[in-house]
Amino acid sequence: MHKQQRVIEIKEVLKGVDDPELPSVGVLDLGMVRDIQVDSEQRIEVTMVPTFAGCPALDIIENNVKKAIEELDWVTGCSVTFSFSLKWSTDAITQRGKEQLKKHGISPPPENYKPGEEWRVNCPYCNSSYTSMENIFGPTACRSILYCRACKNPFEAMKPVIEHSIT
Amino acid sequence: MTAIETPEQAKQDRTYHEALVDLVYQFADDDFIISFRGSEWLGLAPHIEEDVAFSSITQNTMGHAFLFYQLLEELGEGDANSLAHDRRPSERKNAVYFEKKNGQGTYLEEPYYDWALTVVRQYLYETFKKVKLEAAAKSSYQPLAATAQKILMEQTYHLAHWKMWVTQLQHATQEAKVRIQSRVEEAWKEFGDALELGSKAIDMKKLGLLCGEDELKQKWLQEVEQHVASVPTTPLEKCLGNGRAGEHTEDLKQAINTLSEVYQSDREAVW
Repeated sequence: MHKQQRVIEIKEVLKGVDDPELPSVGVLDLGMVRDIQVDSEQRIEVTMVPTFAGCPALDIIENNVKKAIEELDWVTGCSVTFSFSLKWSTDAITQRGKEQLKKHGISPPPENYKPGEEWRVNCPYCNSSYTSMENIFGPTACRSILYCRACKNPFEAMKPVIEHSIT
Repeated sequence: MTAIETPEQAKQDRTYHEALVDLVYQFADDDFIISFRGSEWLGLAPHIEEDVAFSSITQNTMGHAFLFYQLLEELGEGDANSLAHDRRPSERKNAVYFEKKNGQGTYLEEPYYDWALTVVRQYLYETFKKVKLEAAAKSSYQPLAATAQKILMEQTYHLAHWKMWVTQLQHATQEAKVRIQSRVEEAWKEFGDALELGSKAIDMKKLGLLCGEDELKQKWLQEVEQHVASVPTTPLEKCLGNGRAGEHTEDLKQAINTLSEVYQSDREAVW
């Protein structure tokens, strides 16, 4: 099997590894996987980026990724490292990831967000823009709590996080 | 100053290494103690939404402290957990104002905490943190620059939150205005060491690790003047001592004893 094929196979496996706090949304679609290396002895090295620095789910994610990859019969071992020098931003979430988030009642982050400014998103259930921010801080560091005034549902949204430009 | 890419490279020059380690301790210890004081509000914040918000900010800030302790671990200072739990007060570099108790009583007994102190302190802190991180994002030590950038992306939410509180309370009742103002005046007597960089300040600037103290102070003041209705005209003082030089109050001892109680009960435990 070629190296490239092996990487593809690993990516397939990773599609099934969800964020423990966002069931049905994969770590791959959240843009958390940055690099996959396969060495000559079929050991795997995965480099990941954490969403928020204070996220308590990182250890669980690390274990789940490791376990899933080691289940492939040709893999001899797997190590996972979180890189804090590579920066995660919400732009890294894939289209599929955005759709999955919506199914889970979470709006994907807005585009064109300016750090520090207010932002709006549409309701993930009815797509109305008649929504209000209830609490920018939600059940996890990466989420906010909103309310849809059209369909009268509370919902969550991923906080937009983008590179901070220094003046 | 040429960019230093790795901890190994940083260790080769003793002056560089010493100044760098001192600076990272300041970042780590400031975040650590402010998170602890924040965590003491859990369940006590003025309303449920604030409880969610403040605890989220506090948890994330503790994550920032962890990132800095990790940098120190890479630089040969020892294990990140023991750096957080096991250092004596005299070894800590946090500014003294950040260790001050939240008010009267303790978390478990009669916690008569003061929300005005917390709003003022958190606002002044996050403003200061932003200014210092922006300087660190240009640091010659690349791992520090990358960490600062990463934290800035998240910290913008923390700062916005406390800006909102300080602005709203200054436009609220007379009591709110008076209480915020008196805490601002108090802060002016105690915040001084936060804006200092300790005994290695000159090296830090010379080696491109950070900007100078004057620039830090000026940028901070500029930001604060935009949001605090009446900024005292007296110079900033450090009446509680100079934390950057390891001078601390009884309040830090109380904080360390409380937060390391579980750790000290079983140092070998794996969490």
